Amino acid sequence: MSPETLILLSLAIPFVGSLLLLFSGPASANVRDGLTVITAIVLFGVVWHLIQIVDAGGRPSVTLVEMLPGLSITFTLEPLGMIFAGIASFLWIVTSFYAFGYMRGHHETNQTRFFFCFAIAIMSAIGIAFSGNMLTLFVFYEVLTISTFPLVAHSGTDEARRAGRVYLGILIGTSITFLLTAVIWTYVEVGTLDFRQGGILAGNAPEGVIAVLFGLYIYGIGKAALMPFHRWLPAAMVAPTPVSALLHAVAVVKAGVFSVVKVSVFIFGLDTLQNTGASTWLAYVAAATILLSSLVAMRKDNLKARLAYSTISQLSYVVLGAMLATNIGALGSTLHIVMHAFGKITLFFCAGAIIVFAHKTEISDMHGLGRKMPVTFFCFFIAALSIIGLPPLGGTWSKWYLALAAAETDQVIFIAVLMISSLLNIAYLMPVVLYGYFGKEKPAAHDAHDHGHDDHGHHAPPEHPLLRHLTFGRPGVAEAPVLCLAPIVLTTVGCFVLFFYADRIRIFLDPVFGG
Amino acid sequence: MTFLAEHIAVLVVIVPLMAAPLCVVMRCGVASWGWATLVAVGNFFLSIVLIQHVMTNGTIVYDLGGWEGPWGIVYRVDEVGALVVLIISAIAAIVLPYAKESIEREIPKERHYLAYCMMLLCIAGLIGMAVTGDAFNLFVFLEVSSLATYVLIALGSDRRALTAALRYLILGTLGATFYVIGLGMLYMMTGSLNMTDLASLLPAVQNTGTVHVALAFIVVGFGLKLALFPLHVWLPNAYTFAPSAVTAFLAATATKVAVYALIRLIFTVFGDVDPLESYGVRPAVMVLAIAGMFAGSLIAIYQSNVKRLLAYSSVAQVGYMILGISIGNAPAMAGGIIHMFNHALMKGSLFMALGCVFYVIGSVKLEDMAGLGKRMPLTAAAIVGGGFSLIGVPLTVGFISKFYLVQGALTEGMWPVALLIMLSSLLAVIYVWRVVEVMYFRSPAIGCEERSEAPMSLLVPTYVLLGAAFWFGIDATFTGDIAMSAAQTLLGGSK
Repeated sequence: MSPETLILLSLAIPFVGSLLLLFSGPASANVRDGLTVITAIVLFGVVWHLIQIVDAGGRPSVTLVEMLPGLSITFTLEPLGMIFAGIASFLWIVTSFYAFGYMRGHHETNQTRFFFCFAIAIMSAIGIAFSGNMLTLFVFYEVLTISTFPLVAHSGTDEARRAGRVYLGILIGTSITFLLTAVIWTYVEVGTLDFRQGGILAGNAPEGVIAVLFGLYIYGIGKAALMPFHRWLPAAMVAPTPVSALLHAVAVVKAGVFSVVKVSVFIFGLDTLQNTGASTWLAYVAAATILLSSLVAMRKDNLKARLAYSTISQLSYVVLGAMLATNIGALGSTLHIVMHAFGKITLFFCAGAIIVFAHKTEISDMHGLGRKMPVTFFCFFIAALSIIGLPPLGGTWSKWYLALAAAETDQVIFIAVLMISSLLNIAYLMPVVLYGYFGKEKPAAHDAHDHGHDDHGHHAPPEHPLLRHLTFGRPGVAEAPVLCLAPIVLTTVGCFVLFFYADRIRIFLDPVFGG
Repeated sequence: MTFLAEHIAVLVVIVPLMAAPLCVVMRCGVASWGWATLVAVGNFFLSIVLIQHVMTNGTIVYDLGGWEGPWGIVYRVDEVGALVVLIISAIAAIVLPYAKESIEREIPKERHYLAYCMMLLCIAGLIGMAVTGDAFNLFVFLEVSSLATYVLIALGSDRRALTAALRYLILGTLGATFYVIGLGMLYMMTGSLNMTDLASLLPAVQNTGTVHVALAFIVVGFGLKLALFPLHVWLPNAYTFAPSAVTAFLAATATKVAVYALIRLIFTVFGDVDPLESYGVRPAVMVLAIAGMFAGSLIAIYQSNVKRLLAYSSVAQVGYMILGISIGNAPAMAGGIIHMFNHALMKGSLFMALGCVFYVIGSVKLEDMAGLGKRMPLTAAAIVGGGFSLIGVPLTVGFISKFYLVQGALTEGMWPVALLIMLSSLLAVIYVWRVVEVMYFRSPAIGCEERSEAPMSLLVPTYVLLGAAFWFGIDATFTGDIAMSAAQTLLGGSK
């Protein structure tokens, strides 16, 4: 098959998969789950094949439809986008397995709608990754927002509906008022919206306009969660954990920061940004976001909320790297997209496992839980180390390159910000592990009730072996079932493996950030 | 075929006009429905021939009865006119098949034939307005379509339809009268009623008070007919209480044609005068358009009747069209023109979907629509799809309109206007989402959880129109090209 066909195929696969899911009906849960897994695996296969093509120097491009005279929906592959597509499609497989365990263990309703929207969201993420011009990116960006709204408001409770409103309000609001204005303005100034190496604005627009446009773009991409437009991400945490894990730690938020990097590199051009200084003030905003949201994270007792604020902080690392407007900074940003994806998805998986199988959401209730769920807490520990940026874990490299970029541009203050942030990461992530392993279990009345409820499972059908608690034959151990635990372990190993393959990714990205 | 090509400009008016009285002769609901549908579909094909003819051979000039202008009545069809004819006849061809079940449910049997007769007359009047090149003939067709509309609204099952129709009758007649007064003054000054003739005679007298006042009367007159804020007060009740099929047809066509007539008068009749610029009224028109965009949307947010909510949204959408006209460059003008087409698709399909709701649950109140996503999944999905278009989500027609409008505003350096367009579309998010939340995230009332979808004869036309709203949002090259070349022609007249 030609690469062009493969590009279209990789968008068609999740789309067709989602339609099949919709018509497979609610009665056949196994069929539905099987379909999701097959779709995810086939998709990753196709994306992997495309990565090889791009690695070999191929830049296939295909135009789907001409939307307006002179403006079309076009997909063009380049290394940056392939990185994002690769992670999103790989982690989708892992998350699918995890989601079966979680959704069944949690007895969630409307599961067909859930998996349908999930597949559409993945398709949009792939569309964003492959987009060959800003119009295409914008279109899929909006589809992603809309397809994830039902996932956020999934439970339909008042809280979920309110969260859905915040989610939609901020994401649609920023994208329409700022981003779409910026896109059309670019079109008016330049006459094209294509992504080109070195940018399209240089020499085509006055400096003042470039500065304003850049601000509109960066704030228009609300999914990057730059303060003060970050509130949607904590709000989105009411969603089931697989959504928080894949979408709000990987696909959606990474689509945001990916777009930031893509716009900086291919619409403005790093040189243009460097020469005009359009990005300098935003670097400070990103630095402030890094520190402030870390501080907020420390004050959150709810584990998912703490992780959400941690994500906001980590996303600003990526934004910061792009705002430094050097090749090394942008490389650090791209690496951080990968490293943080693996680290944060692991943390969310762990949080989900704790919620479903120990019925705990608040960190202060998790004292001593590490002894009950040793594997989960160990994986949490490793992933936390990766987020903090300690070797031998993937997170080391992205921080390294980001600091290098700060040094290169003589902005020592940002090195300081990165280091302080690492300390703050330790301060808000490590206590979870420490209290988990060494804390004293609190005697609580409702606790016992929860266990009884779970062990007897009086409203649940007899559980599948894959969904049963693991005890490893030891007393006091009640680990999450295999279907949840295996994905956790897999992504944890990923954090470790990435430490050794970071340079391979750098080489892959060389055509974009070469020199 | 040559006969068809020769007389195509008049055929699109004559066919529905002649067909209408036959419905009265038949006096049978089903027969007149079949007849009206046949005529509407036939007319749709004629209008396709018409637009192709215009696109290949340029503007058609047709002397009615062989009497040449400026003394005889001349029909003059250019790209905009052909596009408007296409909108009207396409909507008619989709709404009429839909109308049967809906009208049977909402109108007493003995009045069915009247509804179809009036529908055909309304189509004839609206198309007449779009093809005529004679300013007085425009008034005649305006009255033909308006009178038919008053009757159609009064056919609504709710008794309040009568007061709504009366209010529209009074304001509509006022608007038409204003137009005739304005036109009378122009006739006094120039001695002509032919649009092209007027265009060449007007510059000589453009600085007289009479012509100023004439233009004011004309703009206010059509402002009433097209529901330009704050002259929109007749519209919400008329749309709310008219039968569903009638609302769908009127919402998709009537105001658009009035907008078209205003464009015609400002840019063709007053083309060489360039009144927006030379009389300095551009800011005033722009302010009214933007005020309409915001007022309409804000009021829509607080509505509990979804039909009324969409009616107020129409007031806002008309604001977009007028804004496009008032900015005064080709992309913005194209945005205004393309929005006439696009809004017809989205509002038509939304009102048809509401007709499905009314058919099944007998109400279009927001609280009665709780849990509709489960009860009527296809209808609810159609409402969401149409709502996306109102917001201007990409891949829908609403996005295309907005793209052109903002492009036009930014080309002129009017970035605050661009920002206001974006902000007003956020208001659309709010009122659309209120409906979506109620339909999908609130459980239905006890006793009506059962799934009961509207019949296929209602759903299929709704989805055809909705599909078009997506189709022309994904591939807008056809509409974009027509609108752009139409905009250039219109603006060329004022240079």
